[in-house]
Amino acid sequence: MKNTIAERIYDFLRNFPPFDVLEKDQLLHIASQVKVTYVEKGNFVFKQEENPHQHFYIVKDGAIGLYRTLENDQILVDICDEGDIFGLRPLIQHDHYLMSAKANEESILYAISVDLLKEIIKINGKVQKFIIASFSSNIKTPYAKTNNGHLFANVETLETINSNFSEVRTAEFSKNPITCSQHCTIKEAAQEMSSKRVGSILIVEDKNPIGIITDKDLRLKIATGLVSIDENVSKIMSSPVITFSKKITIAEAQIQMIKHKITHLCITENGKPTSDLIGILSEHDIVVMHGNNPSVLIKEIKRAKDTAKLKYIKEKASKLLKGYIEQSIPIIFISKIISEINDAITIKVIELSLAEMETQPSVKFGWLALGSQGRKEQLLITDQDNALVFEDVSTENYKTTKTYFLLLAEKVTEKLHKIGFKYCPADMMASNPNWCLSLTEWKTQFNSWITKPSEDSIMLCTIFFDYNLIYGDKELVSKMSDSIFKSIHTYEIFLNFLGGNALRNPPPLGFFRQFLVEHDGEHKDQFDIKSRALMPLIDAARLLTLSLDIKDKNNTIARFRKLVKIEPQNADLYLSCIDSFKILLRYRTKQGIKYNDSGRYIELNKLNKSEKLKLKGCFKPIKDIQELLNIRYNLSQMM
Amino acid sequence: MFSWFKNKKYPVFWNKYLKKFKTPQPKTIENTRFIVFDTETTGLETSTDRILSIGAIGIFNNIIEVSDSFEVYLKQDEFKAETVEIHGILKGGNLLKIDENEAIKQFINYIGNAVLVAHHTVFDIEMINIALKRLNLPKLKNKNIDTGILYKKLEGVKETHISLDTLCTKFNIPKHDRHTASGDAFITSLLFLKIISKLKQERNFHYSDLFRVSNNNGLI
Repeated sequence: MKNTIAERIYDFLRNFPPFDVLEKDQLLHIASQVKVTYVEKGNFVFKQEENPHQHFYIVKDGAIGLYRTLENDQILVDICDEGDIFGLRPLIQHDHYLMSAKANEESILYAISVDLLKEIIKINGKVQKFIIASFSSNIKTPYAKTNNGHLFANVETLETINSNFSEVRTAEFSKNPITCSQHCTIKEAAQEMSSKRVGSILIVEDKNPIGIITDKDLRLKIATGLVSIDENVSKIMSSPVITFSKKITIAEAQIQMIKHKITHLCITENGKPTSDLIGILSEHDIVVMHGNNPSVLIKEIKRAKDTAKLKYIKEKASKLLKGYIEQSIPIIFISKIISEINDAITIKVIELSLAEMETQPSVKFGWLALGSQGRKEQLLITDQDNALVFEDVSTENYKTTKTYFLLLAEKVTEKLHKIGFKYCPADMMASNPNWCLSLTEWKTQFNSWITKPSEDSIMLCTIFFDYNLIYGDKELVSKMSDSIFKSIHTYEIFLNFLGGNALRNPPPLGFFRQFLVEHDGEHKDQFDIKSRALMPLIDAARLLTLSLDIKDKNNTIARFRKLVKIEPQNADLYLSCIDSFKILLRYRTKQGIKYNDSGRYIELNKLNKSEKLKLKGCFKPIKDIQELLNIRYNLSQMM
Repeated sequence: MFSWFKNKKYPVFWNKYLKKFKTPQPKTIENTRFIVFDTETTGLETSTDRILSIGAIGIFNNIIEVSDSFEVYLKQDEFKAETVEIHGILKGGNLLKIDENEAIKQFINYIGNAVLVAHHTVFDIEMINIALKRLNLPKLKNKNIDTGILYKKLEGVKETHISLDTLCTKFNIPKHDRHTASGDAFITSLLFLKIISKLKQERNFHYSDLFRVSNNNGLI
């Protein structure tokens, strides 16, 4: 029998993992068994602590928020939209729901029986990998890790596999907690807490925890005058303490804290109060593990142990970015934070890769971010552009040194790729032997670009000049910069070539004040905001700062700001360039978030009148700055 | 003696169908099986036009069950070229088609005592009833609900005819497979869930209210 409805559901499901790897008949079978539900905005699909349904869910339309209730607060953990799966883990682990699912907008869901999926997992290894990976990283389309663990064995096996899934991963508690004996006075205990800068102290007897005093106890019982500070700690301590073994998961810890209305859990050797104390887990530790703010993300990055975790953090950062753009937070602040996070991820990736190398590097090196990451203007995930410089070595050591750094670079770029910084299509990466060079080689390279300017070498200069040291030796890089400026001084005409390059994109408005759009190719009739509006400003700022010998300024806004100071006569123009740049960058980021792409091409007919006017307003400074370059570098003569 | 006569007269499937109405019917929306259906026909003249296809899908406990769906295409003697462009069903075509009596029999077996739901039910039910008449069978016994009327209850409006397209736009339902019986049935089922959900949210809405046609909202 023909089944039009099931076919439509099949057409939808096959776009999303894990369904995209299923055989057609497998997926059609699933589609023909789907249950469709409608959830009104604000209604729950399921609630935390509920027993699992027989089905897991895929969002067809709308958005479902996953919330964890902690005491009285609902914390938004994740938002699922079209194609995202939720409510699967409890079904497989035979556990209750650890989060509530609530419709953030009216939603249509497809419910799929877990038994159907289990049957398919048995015969389809790819699906199994997807499920394991999605548990281990708590992200929606994770890169499958090579893991041959059996999925449905039992919860224990799962917990060891899923060491990173935020709810089932073991909580990282503080080791060596601050303790005192029960014979201490409250004053002594408080002094100890102050000197160690902690909010709690454990009272122990023979290494066994018997009570706890927290800041709150001091506030409620001491500061109010109820108890004297010279009394014994046992007078105010909370006792007994709740103890757990070190295998406690975050979810368990949260449940225990809620259940006992406490904020600290003691970790003991075997989990019983009578065994040795080994650590303490506070509510704050958990918030940090869950948190979604820049400093927490940076901390998380520093603690991350694999790329799956970093990818997850990167995705959280993207959500953060979206929130910032929606809240109209200044773009300078946003780009600073996002660059900070991107840099931290890169540093972590380099550290992870170094740890994988058989030996430590024999000489100093520097990892450079190029292009937009180098300028700290990379908001959306774009390609990676990077390079590596290493200290000069003797000729006989050169080959091994270069091989070493190429291998390192390969590991780094591969990890970055997995995290979501796609490989550079033009292979401008440190893993390319051309861009993994010794200091002298780099100097020679830059010198040859500068003294023998061709179209290609100018293009390479625009990318490589915006480098920024991410990891490694500062001195190497400043030597490199010095050499570049020296070369430019000996061959000033290079700046004119660079200027010609900066003008290769004419002002974005045509004669009739119409937008110049792309005339052919994939993006026909779309406006290329990157090359027509952002690049002219980036190129102009680079050229002007290079010609004025301004070092250590790679960011376009920072460059214009510096120019304002050096050339007050052009201050108005430079300031208007800054404004335009900010608006354009925000605009591109917004577009990118909206259409989940690089945001580079804008469909003009999707803009309303005021947006068009605002964009047009940004073009005047582009025209003006291009005129300035034209005059200053005699460009009309050259062209 | 009367009942002997009656049993003699009807085919087995119809007697089975009748029997399903003897058991007490559920009285809540959650416990009721709804069948949302749509027919594609050769035209809008119930007396002369014929059914080309029937598509239907079941709803139970506010869930649309894809596994409880129904889709048949009918062999036809009547054929009108002008409606082909609406429904896209050609006389020959490569769809598996069955005779009208077989289609009706399968449909009756499928719906059982469920409550029938359609957009402008009157037409679709009349089409089925006329097909039944050709088989010397009486009319459908199922209760029925018109999503058009249900919408009017929700909004308190009195317009005579609100098209499925208009409601799709209003309720943000994607119009896939519009003008295929199954596609329209699926769209209507989503519409039905959305309207019920909104009705429940706005007022104390019960099973019996589904069938209450009069609406006092417009009386002022």
